[in-house]
Amino acid sequence: MSFVLPRRTALLSAAATLAAPAAIAQEGPIRIGEINSYSAQPAFLAPYRNAWALIQHEVNAAGGINGRRIETVFRDDAGKPEDAVRHAGELLNNERVHILAGGFLSNVGLALSDFANQNRRLFVASEPLTDALVWSRGNRYTYRLRCSTYMQAAMLVEEAAKLPPMRWATVAPNYEYGQSAVRWFKELLLRAKPGTTFVAEQFPAQGRIDAGATVQALASANPQAIFNVTFATDLTNFVRQGTTRGLFEGRTVVSMLTGEPEYLGPLGDEAPEGWIVTGYPVADIQNPGHVRFRDAYRARFNELPKLGSIVGADTVTAIAAMLRKTGSTETEHMVDGMSGLTYSGAFGEAESEFRALDHQATMGAYVGKTGLRDGRGVMLNWRYCDGKNYLPTDDVVRSMRPQG
Amino acid sequence: MENLLVQGLSGLATASSLFLVASGLTVIFGVTRIVNFAHGSLYMLGAYLSWTLVTQLPRGHLGFWGGVALAALIVGVVGVLIEVLLLRRIYKAPELFQLLATFGVVLIVQDVALLIWGPQDLLGPRAPGLRGATMVLGVRFPLYELFLIAVGPVVLALLWLLFNRTRWGTLVRAATADREMVGALGVNQRALFTTVFFLGSVLAGLGGALQIPRESVNLQMDLVVIVEAFVVVVVGGLGSLPGAFLAALLIGELQAFGILIFPRITLVLAFLVMAVVLVIRPHGLLGRAPSTAHAAAAPEPPYLPASPWRRWAGLGLLLLAVIVPPFLGDYALIVFTEIAIMMLFAASLHFIMGPGGMASFGHAAYFGFGAYGAALLVRHFAAPMELGLLAAPFMAGLGGLVFGFFCVRLSGVYAAMLTLAFAQIAWSTAFQWVEMTGGDNGILGVWPSAWAQSKLVFYYLSLALCVGAVMLLRRAIFAPFGYALRAGRDSPLRAEAIGMDGFRIRWFAFILAAVAAGIAGGLFAYSKGSVFPTYMSISRSVDGLLMVLLGGVKTVSGPIAGALAYTWLHEQLMRAFDLWRLFLGIIILALVLFFPQGLAGALGRREGRS
Repeated sequence: MSFVLPRRTALLSAAATLAAPAAIAQEGPIRIGEINSYSAQPAFLAPYRNAWALIQHEVNAAGGINGRRIETVFRDDAGKPEDAVRHAGELLNNERVHILAGGFLSNVGLALSDFANQNRRLFVASEPLTDALVWSRGNRYTYRLRCSTYMQAAMLVEEAAKLPPMRWATVAPNYEYGQSAVRWFKELLLRAKPGTTFVAEQFPAQGRIDAGATVQALASANPQAIFNVTFATDLTNFVRQGTTRGLFEGRTVVSMLTGEPEYLGPLGDEAPEGWIVTGYPVADIQNPGHVRFRDAYRARFNELPKLGSIVGADTVTAIAAMLRKTGSTETEHMVDGMSGLTYSGAFGEAESEFRALDHQATMGAYVGKTGLRDGRGVMLNWRYCDGKNYLPTDDVVRSMRPQG
Repeated sequence: MENLLVQGLSGLATASSLFLVASGLTVIFGVTRIVNFAHGSLYMLGAYLSWTLVTQLPRGHLGFWGGVALAALIVGVVGVLIEVLLLRRIYKAPELFQLLATFGVVLIVQDVALLIWGPQDLLGPRAPGLRGATMVLGVRFPLYELFLIAVGPVVLALLWLLFNRTRWGTLVRAATADREMVGALGVNQRALFTTVFFLGSVLAGLGGALQIPRESVNLQMDLVVIVEAFVVVVVGGLGSLPGAFLAALLIGELQAFGILIFPRITLVLAFLVMAVVLVIRPHGLLGRAPSTAHAAAAPEPPYLPASPWRRWAGLGLLLLAVIVPPFLGDYALIVFTEIAIMMLFAASLHFIMGPGGMASFGHAAYFGFGAYGAALLVRHFAAPMELGLLAAPFMAGLGGLVFGFFCVRLSGVYAAMLTLAFAQIAWSTAFQWVEMTGGDNGILGVWPSAWAQSKLVFYYLSLALCVGAVMLLRRAIFAPFGYALRAGRDSPLRAEAIGMDGFRIRWFAFILAAVAAGIAGGLFAYSKGSVFPTYMSISRSVDGLLMVLLGGVKTVSGPIAGALAYTWLHEQLMRAFDLWRLFLGIIILALVLFFPQGLAGALGRREGRS
C-alpha cells in the first residue's frame, strides 16, 4: 500500500548519463529542494511525489539538461510554515540546491515565497492556491503553477451564471482558501447575474465539520443552489449528511475541487450526482499527451494518477523546460527564464504559460458534472478550461500586485 | 420552529458522539490521573479496525455490528498493552510525565496507521437497517443519528450500573476518591488500573467504530477528537461521567445553534465554553475539589544551586556555543538559533510548571503574543527590529497579566486546561481577524535590521538575549521570590498563614514566564521572517511541554537539556526519514522508560544528588 518512495531511491533512480560530455558533467547535477506537507497531507502529496520522481527519471533518462542530471531533495514541513522556512535554509546552505519548489498549504507557500524573495532565490510554488501568492504578496522570485482560487471560482461562476437559481447558499472551510473562494464566487456571480442573493453561509472549521448541524442550517435557509468549497474529510461528511437529509434534492450544487480523484474517490458509490465541479476526469481524457503520462504512471505505480500527480509532474516539467531555455543555474537567469515560459503539461492540453505579468501559470482545470459509473464517482460532460481565460484583466492584476 | 428543533436533534447526535469518547477518557483519568493523550489514537484505531473488519472480511462473518464490537475489543487490548508495557512502569514519575509517554504513542500510531491503511480517506459502510432517514416534524432526519442519540444515554446508564452495582465499580469509585487509601486496604491496584484502562480504551474504540457510518475514516481523526474530548472531560469535571454527559450536551447544542448565528464560531466555541465554565466553576460542572488529605504526600526536594561540576559543564557548553559557530555554515547557525530560542521558551514554561507547580497546556500563546507583538508593529508601523524585539515581551506580558489572573486561581489539570482555552482563543483571534493579523496567511516580511541580517550576528543576538533571560529566570528561582513561589506550591496553607499572598506571587510568576516566552517569540519571528497563527497553536504548546518533561521538571537545568534534545532530535529525524514521527515516538518511549526523572534528572542521580 505504500506509495511513498524512499528518499534515497528517488535520488539514485536517475539513469546514469554516461554519455554526458566531461566538461559539463563536472558541473554536477542540478539540485531542486522540494518542501511539502508530506506527513500532514499524504492523500494529495504521495501521488504528487510519485509523479515527481517519474518525470525526473524521464528527464534524466533522456540525457538530463544539457548533460546535467536533475536531483531533488525532499523535505517534510508537517504543515508548519516555520518548519518549511527552516528546511529552506537547510536546502540552500547545506544541500546547495539551485531552486526551491513545493508548498501545499497557502501559508507555507507564502512563507517560502517571502523567504525566497529575501534570499533572492527562485521558488516555484506548485500547489498553494492562495491569490496572495501572485497578487497582493507577489514578488520577483516566486512563480506559481496551479490554477488559483480565483481562477477555479471564475470557471464555476461561468457555469453557475447559465443556470436559473437566484437564491444561493455557501459552505466553505474557515480559512483563507475557503473565505476567498466564497468572496470571489459571490463577487463574480453578482457581476454576471445581478440580482442574485446569498441567503446563508456556513464556515465549518477545516477538518472538523459538524456535518449534521451544518447541513440542517443550510437547509433551513432553503436556497435554490449551493456553492461548496469543503474538500477531503469535510466533503465526505457533508455529502453523507446532505444526501441522507435530502439537502441536494432539487437544488443545484456547484463545488470546488470535488471532481479531483483525491476527493471523489473516497466517496465511492455515495458520490453525489449532478454537481458542477472542477476536477480531473483521469480515466476519460484520451489525448495522446495525457495517455502517455497515465500509462507511464500506471506502469510504475500500479494505480491511476491523481490530481496531485499532475501537479507534481508539471512542476518538474516546467522547471526542466526553464532550465533548457536558460541553460543556466544562476538565479537571476532562471527567474528571467521563468517569465513567459511555456511548457506542455501532463493534462496533454494546450501549452501553459507562466505569465510575465504576475508569474501565474495558465494551467487550467476540467469542469464537468459528477455522476456514477460502476459504483464510482466520475466527471461527465467535462471540458478543459484553459486558465488564461479565467484571469482578471491585466490592469486589474497590476492594481493588485505590487509593481517594481 | 421545526427547523430549530431538528437543529437541536443534530446537536444531540454530536453530543452523543462526543460523550462516547469523553467517557473513556474521564474514567481513565479519574482513577489513574493519567492525562492520556493517546485516547484519540485509540479512537482512530477503533474506526480503522472496524472499517477493516466490516468491509474487508468476507460478508456474513461478522456483519456490521459484529465488526464494531470486535474493533472496540481489539482497541481495549491495545489499551491494556499500552498500560502494562509502558504506563505501569512510570506511575511513580512526576505528574504529567505520562503525558510524554502517551504522546510518543500518538506519534507511533499516526505513522503505523498511514503504513497499514494508506493516505486516502476511507468511507465506512452505512449501518444495516439504519441507512435512510425518517420524517421528524416534517424534516428528513437520518435514522443513524437517531440511533446515536440513544446510544449516549444508554452507555451512560450502563456505566452507572457498572460503577454503582458491582464490586469492581465500587473499588474504582473508591480509587477515584482516594487512591492511596484503597491501596492501603489491600486492593490490587495494578489489576484495577489495567481493567480501568481496558474499559476506557474499549469506549474510545467504540466511539471511533460507531463514527464510520457518518464520517470518513482518516489520519487526522486522532488529534481532532482528543482536544474536543479533553474539553468535554474538563468542562464536565474530571472523573465525573454525568458531568461529561452534561458537558457533551452543552457543547453539542451550542455548536448546533451557534453556527446559525455565527457560522465561524466553531473554530473556538468549545474553548470559549471551557473558559467560561472554568472561570465560574474551577472544578468543572460536576467535578469535586480533589481530596487534600494526601495531596502533598511527597514534598519535592528543594532545588540545589548547581554543583561545581554542573557549573563548569554549563560554562563549557556556553563557551562552545560562543566559539564554535563562526566556523559552521549558515544552516547550522539557523538550527543553533532555533535551539537557543526553544531553550528560553522551555525555561519560561518550566518556570511556571516547576517552581510554580502549575502546568500550562497553552504556553505557546505568550510565544505567539511576542511574535505578533513584533510583527504587528512591522506590518502597521513599519517598525525596525529593535523596536519589535522590545515590544514582544510587553505584548506577551500583557497577555500573561490578563490570562494569568484567571488561570492561577485554579490548580492541576483545570489550570492547565484554562491556559489551553485562552491560548486557543488567542489563536483563533489571530486566525480570524484578517484585517489586523492577516489571518492564517500570516504577516510576512518580518526580517531583522540590516546590521543583524547575517546569520552569525543574529545567532549571537539570540544567544545573548536567550541566555540572559534564562539566567534571570534562574536568578528568580533562587531569589526570595522563588522561595515564596515554591512555598506556595508545596504548602499553600502554611504559606498563606505566614502572610504570603499566594495568588499574587503566582500571578507575578505567570507574567514573568509570559514575558520570557515573549522574548523567545519575538526572536523567532525575526529568525523566520514571518509570523503565523501556528506559532500559538496547540502543537507548539505541546512541544514546549515535551521539552520540559523530557528534560525533567524537577531540575532547574531540565528544560535546557530537554529543549536541546528535542529540537535537535526533531530536526534530524525530520530530515532523515519519511517516517520521522514513528522514530521520534519510539525514541520518546525509550527515553521515558529509561529516564523517568527526565534527562537532567538522570544526570543528577548519577551525581548522587537525586
